[in-house]
Amino acid sequence: MTRASLALVVLGPFALLGLATVLTWVERRLLGLWQDRHGPNRVGPGGLFQPVADGTKILFKQDWIPPFADRSVFILAPVIGMMTVLLSFGVIPLTDTLWIAGNLNVGLLFILGMMGLGVYAVVLAGWASNSKYALLGGMRAAAQMISYEVFMGLSLLGVVMLAGSFNLRTIVSAQAGLWFIVPQGLGFCVFLLAGLAETHRLPFDLPEGENELGAGFHTEYSGMKFGMFFIAEYAGIVLISALIATLYLGGWRGPWLAPALWFALKTGVVVVFFILLRAALPRLRYDQLMALGWKVLLPLSLLNVMATATVLMLRATP
Amino acid sequence: MLDTLRTVFLTFLHSFHRRATVQYPEQQPYLPPRYRGRIILSRDPDGAERCVACNLCAVACPVDCISLQKTEADGRWYPQYFRINFSRCIFCGFCEEACPTYAIQLTPDFEMSEYARPNLVYEKEDLLISGVGKYPDYSFYHVTGIPIPGKDRGASERERPPVDLHSLLP
Repeated sequence: MTRASLALVVLGPFALLGLATVLTWVERRLLGLWQDRHGPNRVGPGGLFQPVADGTKILFKQDWIPPFADRSVFILAPVIGMMTVLLSFGVIPLTDTLWIAGNLNVGLLFILGMMGLGVYAVVLAGWASNSKYALLGGMRAAAQMISYEVFMGLSLLGVVMLAGSFNLRTIVSAQAGLWFIVPQGLGFCVFLLAGLAETHRLPFDLPEGENELGAGFHTEYSGMKFGMFFIAEYAGIVLISALIATLYLGGWRGPWLAPALWFALKTGVVVVFFILLRAALPRLRYDQLMALGWKVLLPLSLLNVMATATVLMLRATP
Repeated sequence: MLDTLRTVFLTFLHSFHRRATVQYPEQQPYLPPRYRGRIILSRDPDGAERCVACNLCAVACPVDCISLQKTEADGRWYPQYFRINFSRCIFCGFCEEACPTYAIQLTPDFEMSEYARPNLVYEKEDLLISGVGKYPDYSFYHVTGIPIPGKDRGASERERPPVDLHSLLP
């Protein structure tokens, strides 16, 4: 391992945390824009230092663990949430030759596995809190994330079939002629919705559901443990956006600009779109969420897999 | 489905709308002249205090934040002290409506924050302004029949000289 790649491994997660922190400000500013107000614009130029102020405040908050909570699991849950997201980033190709951790030949599977583990953060948080709202949030999260995980994987199968590889770099290289969003439009839509549900963002933020569950699974969390959930959520948004950019929007590929810049640009556009969805759409009801998942999106993703397979077979046989 | 996309699009169009926020300390909001803000005691055009210490404002006040004591000088009534506790005041404007002499008035000013609560108790010298407020021409002692030094009985505006009762004798 060279010194440069080691530095990347050490500094990459910190850069991601910084990015996720800045994203809290970006989100608040953009929500403000779309609600005809300003959002935080007082601290620093345009309010850019707002995350610093928020971070300072949250670091000095009392780190309260409720006496009725399951102590060790309560502490472990946010750590899992943070770890899984950060680990997933390791295998995403930032450019043709740049990764945080390295080029994994089953990169996509690894990320899906990490997302599967990420459910534990939410479920364990809800369970260990030992309070009813947190538990309800955790249960919702478990049902939602597990059911959306199913066709999240299925929707990606089309991409994997077209590229013939689980390697993210190969997948991006396969998009040299045409971005996969064109032949895999359906899969893209399904993956987008599954990604929203996976990061429990509006309109699928039922695990949190402020006005029904207090704050859902992190009702009992405060201080930096809550901060970790918060940052992990935003890092999760960046992760899903980066995945969408990699799998459907051609990753680092693009004319004129530097590859890393193209990647950042595409990721940024998807992130902004996620925030736009939050600004525009109300939360679904729980049964609607489940019905949408199992009755609409799962058949659609299966259809997508079959259609892609058919096209590929027809193309292969002369 | 199309509704959802339309919602997203319409929300996006808000990027190009004007923002409704008034950036307060730099940008001042427009306050109409009749805005019910900080309470003042005005003076009449001659520069004398309008308040005649009738206590009607204190009676009208629903939160009992006005406290005053009457005193007399040169045939006029004055408040010896006049105290408004703005930490209680709800800026309802009843005192202004109750005032028979236009003395107590609410002004378009709300910037009266304090760090210490006792600082919100305004005494007469804090309340009294040198101007006439919203009623530039009104002077109570010029229209009332009460005689004051320099104005005898019957010398007020729209007042006839007093009738000499003895002249009515047969």
